[in-house]
Amino acid sequence: MAGIADQTPATGDDSYRRIVAPLLLPTWAVIGIFLVLPVGLMAVYSFLTKEFRGGVDWQFSLAAYDQFFLNRGLFGDEPPVLEWTYITIFWRSIWQAVVATLLCLAIGFPTAWFIATRPAHSRGVWLFLITIPYWVNLLIRTVSLKFLIRDNGPLNEALLGIGLIDGPLPLVNTNLAVQLGLFYSYLPFMVLPIYAAVERYNFALSEAAADLYASRWVTLREIVLPIVKPGIVAGCLLVFIPSLGAFLAPDLLGGAKNFMIGSLIDEQFKGSLGNWPFGAAVSMILMTLVMIALLLYARSAAKGGAA
Amino acid sequence: MSDAIEIRRVVKRYGTFTALHGVSLAIRDNEFFTLLGPSGCGKTTLLRMIAGFEDVTQGEILLFGQNIAGLEPDRRPVNTVFQNYALFPHMSVLDNVAFGLKMKGVAADARRARAGRMLEMVHLSAFADRLPSQLSGGQQQRVALARALAPEPRVLLLDEPLSALDLKLRQAMRVELKQLQEDTGITFIFVTHDQEEALTMSDRIAVMSAGHVQQIGTAREIYEAPVNRFVADFIGETNLLEVEVASVAGGQARVVLPGGQALTCPSASDTLGRHALSIRPERLSLVEAGGDLKATVERVVYLGTDLQLLTRLEGGAEMQVRVQNSARARVPQPGDRLGLRIEEGAARLLAD
Repeated sequence: MAGIADQTPATGDDSYRRIVAPLLLPTWAVIGIFLVLPVGLMAVYSFLTKEFRGGVDWQFSLAAYDQFFLNRGLFGDEPPVLEWTYITIFWRSIWQAVVATLLCLAIGFPTAWFIATRPAHSRGVWLFLITIPYWVNLLIRTVSLKFLIRDNGPLNEALLGIGLIDGPLPLVNTNLAVQLGLFYSYLPFMVLPIYAAVERYNFALSEAAADLYASRWVTLREIVLPIVKPGIVAGCLLVFIPSLGAFLAPDLLGGAKNFMIGSLIDEQFKGSLGNWPFGAAVSMILMTLVMIALLLYARSAAKGGAA
Repeated sequence: MSDAIEIRRVVKRYGTFTALHGVSLAIRDNEFFTLLGPSGCGKTTLLRMIAGFEDVTQGEILLFGQNIAGLEPDRRPVNTVFQNYALFPHMSVLDNVAFGLKMKGVAADARRARAGRMLEMVHLSAFADRLPSQLSGGQQQRVALARALAPEPRVLLLDEPLSALDLKLRQAMRVELKQLQEDTGITFIFVTHDQEEALTMSDRIAVMSAGHVQQIGTAREIYEAPVNRFVADFIGETNLLEVEVASVAGGQARVVLPGGQALTCPSASDTLGRHALSIRPERLSLVEAGGDLKATVERVVYLGTDLQLLTRLEGGAEMQVRVQNSARARVPQPGDRLGLRIEEGAARLLAD
């Protein structure tokens, strides 16, 4: 033990290669097998030629990206114009994900605040309650939600029963249903990081602000929010990114009109109608967009921190 | 002199627990007033009630004659130096100090200038752009002080502000705090459990215990004339003896110590029977023969400037004696039989 401890600081010497490097192997293996390999495969596939019964031909082609961005007419012989079909789907998906994220934030922040301000011994119970629905498969929960909000489902029946509405609200196959589904699927990913941040928050700071003539609202804006911001950002990313690529909620609750990226990609890998290179290309474009958004955020956060 | 704060029969209950039992006290304007007591005595609760962080269950708190019991903390013209400073971690030192002024609507230029002057006052001008986490504990303490003083409160509340500092720094800050209070003329209400802190800085001290104010007075009054056993024991070191008052005549009581020796001391009341008698160790001196009491030396502790002697009175009771360490005098040895002389007025009968 002492021998290892003595030698580890000298990372350049022989003992580093003999002892530390092998210990890091599992990490490298996980990153390699589960991150680099699949993304690399996806990148390669997106530049291959489509096989007719699904699968790929190992022949370099830009056809997948061409199909995404350009419209060359029905027979592919017209001068190319910008293809709006897929950009519209992207735009709709981003919009849905933004709304779902804001919804999660609006409900998640007060929830996290409530739990973090309970006595220490009851916080565990509240957190447990938040996670209970996640013991049930996402597919089943999403289908249940559909039953809940359909025309003769309990929600509409109840609203009709108390006379709030005259006819059933058409909720299934709407944007609202998709947003509700996304909100329901990802709410805990908003609650948990914000809870962690609020739990660490020193409430004496709120007292100090009040002591220095700050109202409750100003204290929230000037003191609380800047300090718990990392938790809010983490929660928003954890909700926004999976919402963007989600396909269960849009598929089951949105119907054909509300087609989203997740469903688009899903279809490319199903049966003989699929198009693997195109599915791979759509995935790569989505990933690039997300990474650009994250880089822009990281840069603005670094600037904000330095000022 | 007018009263800055008047506390009238204030009661604080948490469920069935009563933290303050009808406390009344008046704090004068421009005064350095200390609430002193062991932890759990209610001193911090009282301070937090003045700041507005705790509701008053019963009673009134008047600030310059106005009842502030229902006022939110942000509407009270008092500022607080918190125990662990509670500096805003995401703001620079200067922004921390300027925060109260910003909330009061002072223009950006004016508040930066004033915050700069406050930092100058606490010798931290060079650190204006740092974050609080980049400062030492003592520096953070001074930022907290500057932040609380910047909006020019009429009353400054200090909640054990020195307790997180090391001894040297604490002693230096005592002098600085007292100087600052005299320079600014702001009323300071200082909460501490450290009697030395209280004695060195305060104009007046309220000694608290178990939700009651035991005694209010200057450092000298509290040290020299403690009203009860708690105050005598809590402030400084003392010899507390269970005595029997045999007779009282003309303000002088004849008391009998355990073991049978007797002495005469001033008494305010004429109740006879069992009482506590307090004698400070440094108010006793050693004499070769005679004196007021006879005792045997049991142990001698060398303290440098002083010698601390543990003696036993004839008949059983222990008595601590503190004498100056002098090169001329012979150092007593365990086993020596000596006389103890009590300084005039140093033996005090306590009410309970």
